Amino acid sequence: MQGARTDIAERAIGIIDQLKGKEGPLLPILHELQDEFGYVPEEALPLIAQALNISRAEVHGVFTFYHDYRDHPAGRHVLKLCRAEACQSMGAEALANTARQLLGVDWHDTTADGAVTLEPVYCLGLCACAPSAMLDGEVIGRLDIEKLEEIAAEVRL
Amino acid sequence: MTVTIYVPRDSGALAVGAEKVAKQLQAEIDGRNLDVKIVRNGSRGLYWLEPMVEVETPNGRVAYGPVKATDVPALLDNGMADGRVHPLWLGLTDQLPFLARQTRLTFARCGITDPVSLDDYRAHDGLKGLEHALRLSPAEIVAQVTESGLRGRGGAGFPTGIKWKTVLDTAGTQKYIVCNADEGDSGTFADRMIMEGDPFVLIEGMVIAGIAVGATRGYIYTRSEYPHAIAIMNEAIEVARRGGVLGPSVLGSSHAFDLEVRVGAGAYVCGEETALLESLEGRRGIVRAKPPLPAHKGLFGKPTVINNVISLASVPIILDRGAAFYKDFGMGRSRGTITLQIAGNVKYGGLFETAFGLSLGEIVEDIGGGTRSGRPVKAVQVGGPLGAYFPRELFDTPFDYEAFAARDGLIGHAGLVVFDDSVDMLKQARFAMEFCAIESCGKCTPCRIGSTRGVEVVDRISANIEPEKQIEVLTDLCNTMKFGSLCALGGFTPYPVMSALTHFPEDFRPAPVAAAAE
Repeated sequence: MQGARTDIAERAIGIIDQLKGKEGPLLPILHELQDEFGYVPEEALPLIAQALNISRAEVHGVFTFYHDYRDHPAGRHVLKLCRAEACQSMGAEALANTARQLLGVDWHDTTADGAVTLEPVYCLGLCACAPSAMLDGEVIGRLDIEKLEEIAAEVRL
Repeated sequence: MTVTIYVPRDSGALAVGAEKVAKQLQAEIDGRNLDVKIVRNGSRGLYWLEPMVEVETPNGRVAYGPVKATDVPALLDNGMADGRVHPLWLGLTDQLPFLARQTRLTFARCGITDPVSLDDYRAHDGLKGLEHALRLSPAEIVAQVTESGLRGRGGAGFPTGIKWKTVLDTAGTQKYIVCNADEGDSGTFADRMIMEGDPFVLIEGMVIAGIAVGATRGYIYTRSEYPHAIAIMNEAIEVARRGGVLGPSVLGSSHAFDLEVRVGAGAYVCGEETALLESLEGRRGIVRAKPPLPAHKGLFGKPTVINNVISLASVPIILDRGAAFYKDFGMGRSRGTITLQIAGNVKYGGLFETAFGLSLGEIVEDIGGGTRSGRPVKAVQVGGPLGAYFPRELFDTPFDYEAFAARDGLIGHAGLVVFDDSVDMLKQARFAMEFCAIESCGKCTPCRIGSTRGVEVVDRISANIEPEKQIEVLTDLCNTMKFGSLCALGGFTPYPVMSALTHFPEDFRPAPVAAAAE
């Protein structure tokens, strides 16, 4: 366990050192940490504060302000369903209800088997092919119940 | 002779299977040993036809769509490489009515060129605006932009030239050009399309802005929800650096300019310019009080031009063809073209660039073809989640900044979301308040608290608890938010709420009939 901790700290320091020279480096650092670990490890926050010479409270404030950053790992897959107006006009709410039933989770939750995390998203810019979704970074347009069922089965494999 | 086939790499096309089509096509080309080259272009903006595949023929480009990967073998058997007729054949792309009716100035190249080929960009009049700008003085460039009548396409409609002049006239050792590509409004995708379909036009616009005001660094702040736009933009910036468009000597001149893409982290409020600057600096996206204006004290306290993608992407053609050319389009104080984004429950959804002045009805019924569901249109939300809902009775409103304002609406980033008659406007009003509550930065009370109270009041109306009284409270609350909020998030949330209440009062007074029918 101690070894794993040290490993996280070392990898985090590597990322912080690489990016701290940028103008306004905090968001790029948090993004890179999340890319590396799948979430932003708590032990990285004081390291960032130290490297950027800002308070830990400030780092915590930024980390918790933005919807994207996670403090724990997501499921193996992340399914984001758009809940914004253009998708609403094409029945996104009913689809979201179906998705929650199919997966047995509510927004922001991960299925018990760790297969998938369900997240709301407010606009993917695919408003002319609504309803839309994003599965592990892949965009999906004209979502319907059949596609949703396929996705639900696929993520559980 | 090598035949060129175009398969879009635009997110909207990828979302409906363009990648599979491109892979299948490549496999068939290899298998059949055809002399065909695939170019991954941007989207032409006819999303109901995506994935739309185009073939270069001696008569012009011929389109097929919507193409599925399984259609590819039959299309090739049928002579797609020669542009032959097939059930998916659409004819010459330029003659498709949706495209033929447009005036494409900002989107002139989008979907036509290879987005990351600088040679292609040059071959289609790219860099002419920048080359012209390099022969002018900074004040002359700013004068051209002012003279063109270009106003901020992000939504506020502030004259771009005046913003630039303020930055030009402000002394500073370091100045910045910041592109607001935080396109979070539902129903809008023009920024994404430009970044994915013609990224060089945005780069060129930013370089011109830099030369005009004396800035050497630029940032494009975009959304994490746009992974493809980020990737293509980064690729294009690399190409522009190698091609000498960016770097210590822009096109061999004495001007230096370089830029970088920065990615947001899912906060809608960062589309507000001062919150965006805070976020770029590495802080919470909390709105700043103005003054000072970003033009005086912007990014890192330095004089900063902050413009929307479409504003900046419209600059090259103004510098190339002249202010008078651009100004000639439009009506009243809304000059040039507007990039309408027709979305939601609509038959022909997509990007439609045209001079200002079309009526809302023409756009929705005539160009958009009415609803996709085939039911009657009930409401159109114009300008994103902070825009008003327009009923059919106001379909004569011309698309123009002032005309929309006169009817208690706004054109915003020019996104239109069409709803059919199954929509419940009380629910839409509730969503507007809920969205504001989720996305409020928390700095000012009317927005932070007002939005939560707003949801509660709408819920009481829907539960039929003293509805008349609640409607009065809601109206009063909207008034407080509108005039008491620091930025457009709290200040404009009343637009969708009040327009729903004003134009669709029946949805706010639960019919006793419905209760009896239970």
